[in-house]
Amino acid sequence: MITSVYIHPIDQIGAQERVARLFSRSIKKESKVHALKMALSMIDLTTLEGKDSSGKVKQLCYKASHLHDQYPDLPSVAAICVYPTMVPIAKKALEGTSINIASVATAFPSGMSSMENKLDEVKKVVDDGANEVDMVISRGKFLSGEYDYVADEISQIKDACEKAHLKVILETGELVTLDNVRLASDIALNAGADFIKTSTGKISPAATPPVVLVMLEAIRDHYKKTGKKIGMKPAGGISKAKQAIQYLVMVRETLGKDWLTPDLFRFGASSLANDVLMQIVKQSTGHYQSGNYFSID
Amino acid sequence: MGKREDIKKTYKLYIGGKFPRTESGRYIKWTDPKNSTYVNVCRGSRKDFRNSVVAARNAFTDWSSRTAYNRSQILYRIGEMLEGKRSQFMDELMLQGASKNAAENEINRAIDRLIYYAGWADKYQQLFSRVNPVAAPYFNFTYTEPTGVVAAIAPDDSSLVGLVSIMAPIIAGGNTVVLLASELKPLCSISFAEVLHTSDVPAGVVNILTGYRDELIEHFSTHMDVNSIVYCGNDPDDIKTIQENAALNVKRPVVYADEDWMDQKNQGPYHILNNLESKTTWHPIGL
Amino acid sequence: MAKASPTLEFDTDWEYSSAPESTDHIQIKPQNELFINGDFVVPSDGNYFDTINPASEKTLSKVGHATADDVDKAVKAARKAVKGPWSKMDGAERGKYIFRIARLIQEKAREFAVIESMDGGKPIRESRDVDIPLVSAHFFYYAGWADKLEYAFPGKDTTPIGVAGQIIPWNFPLLMAAWKIAPALATGNAVVLKPAETTPLTALKLAEVLQEADLPPGVVNIITGAGKTGQAIVDHPDVDKIAFTGSTEVGKMIMRAVAGTGKRYTLELGGKAANIIFEDAPIDQAVEGIVNSIFFNQGHVCCAGSRLFVQESIADTIISKLKDRMETLIIGDPLDKNTDIGAINSKMQLDKIKMYVKLGQKEGGTIHQSSYSLPKKGFWYAPTLFTDVSQSHRVVQEEIFGPVLAIQTFRTVDEVITKANNIPYGLSGGVWTDKGSKIFKISKAVRAGVVWANTFNKFDPSSPFGGYKESGMGREGGLEGLMPYVNLV
Repeated sequence: MITSVYIHPIDQIGAQERVARLFSRSIKKESKVHALKMALSMIDLTTLEGKDSSGKVKQLCYKASHLHDQYPDLPSVAAICVYPTMVPIAKKALEGTSINIASVATAFPSGMSSMENKLDEVKKVVDDGANEVDMVISRGKFLSGEYDYVADEISQIKDACEKAHLKVILETGELVTLDNVRLASDIALNAGADFIKTSTGKISPAATPPVVLVMLEAIRDHYKKTGKKIGMKPAGGISKAKQAIQYLVMVRETLGKDWLTPDLFRFGASSLANDVLMQIVKQSTGHYQSGNYFSID
Repeated sequence: MGKREDIKKTYKLYIGGKFPRTESGRYIKWTDPKNSTYVNVCRGSRKDFRNSVVAARNAFTDWSSRTAYNRSQILYRIGEMLEGKRSQFMDELMLQGASKNAAENEINRAIDRLIYYAGWADKYQQLFSRVNPVAAPYFNFTYTEPTGVVAAIAPDDSSLVGLVSIMAPIIAGGNTVVLLASELKPLCSISFAEVLHTSDVPAGVVNILTGYRDELIEHFSTHMDVNSIVYCGNDPDDIKTIQENAALNVKRPVVYADEDWMDQKNQGPYHILNNLESKTTWHPIGL
Repeated sequence: MAKASPTLEFDTDWEYSSAPESTDHIQIKPQNELFINGDFVVPSDGNYFDTINPASEKTLSKVGHATADDVDKAVKAARKAVKGPWSKMDGAERGKYIFRIARLIQEKAREFAVIESMDGGKPIRESRDVDIPLVSAHFFYYAGWADKLEYAFPGKDTTPIGVAGQIIPWNFPLLMAAWKIAPALATGNAVVLKPAETTPLTALKLAEVLQEADLPPGVVNIITGAGKTGQAIVDHPDVDKIAFTGSTEVGKMIMRAVAGTGKRYTLELGGKAANIIFEDAPIDQAVEGIVNSIFFNQGHVCCAGSRLFVQESIADTIISKLKDRMETLIIGDPLDKNTDIGAINSKMQLDKIKMYVKLGQKEGGTIHQSSYSLPKKGFWYAPTLFTDVSQSHRVVQEEIFGPVLAIQTFRTVDEVITKANNIPYGLSGGVWTDKGSKIFKISKAVRAGVVWANTFNKFDPSSPFGGYKESGMGREGGLEGLMPYVNLV
């Protein structure tokens, strides 16, 4: 497997400068409203806490389908993202909506478990109704150079997903260098990921702009080589509408039109939705908004 | 037993590590101030100059990429060789009109100057190079490189210490040079080529021509493969010609008008700097 | 059936709305006089010329046309300043004036940026983020040298040269003024500066800042005009030094004009830099580096990487990525914050670029241009690539000074070094590789004054800039930048 992975060096400073240039785009007026609505539709509304309760998941699901009832033409979020035990609850709560159910699996967030356990967990969440699976790669194996292991694990889990979409979390905060991010992206892309995703949200730093750029570029190169369009999901630390718009600029100018859709781009976030909503309301009323007017679930 | 006849020396040019006669076949009859001796000195031509520039250009890559330590040692070696040929230079300087005392002083100064620049050859870089604190994550440094091929009109009134004072900083800086020797006092300039030849100086690094200034100055200053032109003298017409012609390919014109080359003040790293360029390199600092 | 290779579509239904920088706070006088001896004075023959906005072709303002008499007045004022307290002033005090100028420019940065973009056509993103910040940084850097000159040149003391005549180009109008004025003042000289004919407004705004900074009269004189005014400065017998940035052709004329006069000079002239991409380079950053090397400031950059050398094994990849990247470059209103490529500075320059591109095609070169549609009014040129060209093509040999890149491929290191140096210029160069030892090897081998390794077109006041060979002589910036303005004694 490793023989097919091309070593692709990344210059960190150059990547940071490219990000700074992309992020200097000024997105105003209609283009801002357009972007905000797009961002909303791309959110994987997420709760991944040890203290998650079925009540909280139900509320989250309700919110996902009733984002802000005063603005009926707003899109709904793309998915909700929960722990495996919450999948049946979400499944029930989202009946009759088009919102997807994503579940983290494979001993999230550390991935420190046997292949057998991971495969069982994936099969279970898919059986319970998850149509998207967010797996983590084995960073320990990656950092010790066992790239074949990492690739093989992804392929096996992809098979176990059957029809469900597989998002491969690289946990870039533990990979440290952009060279590693690129290599891990290439491995995941070649091993059958439907999406590649930055982070679990449990490790700092989570999604950083240079990391997202490098992953988008890996997706671009993979597409150019194979014709296959793989999706991207930055996750963790994206809580402001402005950040979301900046990432959309990055997608627009790196991958273009075809990726500006929830089918190929997602935000993994919990509080982003409210900030985007506040911005949308501000754009239509002209007044800056207060959090008191937006439910926090 | 009859009187033994002397063997008279033929004064030739020094080009590319060889001692050819001028390709023009012409000569200048040089007579000593007392009118007791005469010598036929080569009347170097435009083509001799052209051949010298070719030799200097060919030698440039090797010489400029030698280690500073190596260039330093070779300059020191020139000093050693000159020390060993004292008597020959005494004779020639005196024949050219110097008193015994003056000749001795000039040889001493010339040797000391070679040793002086031998010492600079591996130090001026540290004086003229630096790391620049740019306001961005880049490692930025500036260092010197030789300008390239230098054409130099050596001082007319100082055939040994003048020639050495011009040549040493030029080659210490990694340049190669074509020198036009003193027209007035050419003898020891040519004998100095013999010193160079036995001093590990690679062929072509220093080339020495004799000839008429008036005839050669135009060619020295117009050649398109010469990067820098050094002129010693104070003739306003010469200076104007050289500076005008330098425009053809943006040569760096360096003028030493009235320097007393016996004076220790007229030496230093800034003489080396006159034939250096500074190069600045940027590189990101990141993972 | 063969499948077409996958392509990216950058024409999306999510368009960026216009985001113009506001101009309501900008003060441009309808008519500008000459700045001589601390005052704005009417040109001696009462003549003015128009300066236009190249993006709209509308007149922005009238500026005075300085005659030889005006040049003489300015030189006299400068001489008086040199003989007066300025050169004898304690370095620390002189430095305070320069610090003050730096601060005032920071305070008015946005106004300067907007005027720069209006008068010259460069995108506000660049005038705001690059030009003007570098201007104030340059004054700030040299201000600090004014009382430390004894540390700059070991074993030597310094004295001012006297009156410096400075002639600057239109590509970085205020930045070039700063590069010239700041070191001259730090070393105790006085200045007569002539901005370029098409971009005089920020220099004249700078004159207002100099007044505000209480700089003594005559220390800096700013006079506007065309080639003849510049020539009068060069020919003036009481000017001690000429500092010129511009074309190699004019630089050579200056060398001839000052030959035999004893005037000193520094020249920053043309370039045709080689930007060398090795197969082990960080590819995506290299592509961005190519964009920065040739499309920055519409390619109106003397150190632009206008000759691209790509190692053969990655040539297709690089060119394909470059073409994709070019599709995302936004061309148009220089004042729009999203504009990447602004207006070509003048009709004359636009004609020159068009002439070269036509010539390159006639010589057999193949062009590719971004498909972005150009505005109707004003002077514009689309980012352009040339392939199928070689060292013998004029578009490879000559400085075009526009957004036109000539691409060649190479196989070996020796080949690319030979080709990189096979040019009369030697201003800058670029090398891209992930291998450190190769960077040192190549950056040493390239005969040029500035080498960017894994980056391009970076500038800083502490970093010396200037060329080898026909790209000029002398350095601006850094400690080296003091040298052209002092006598070493």
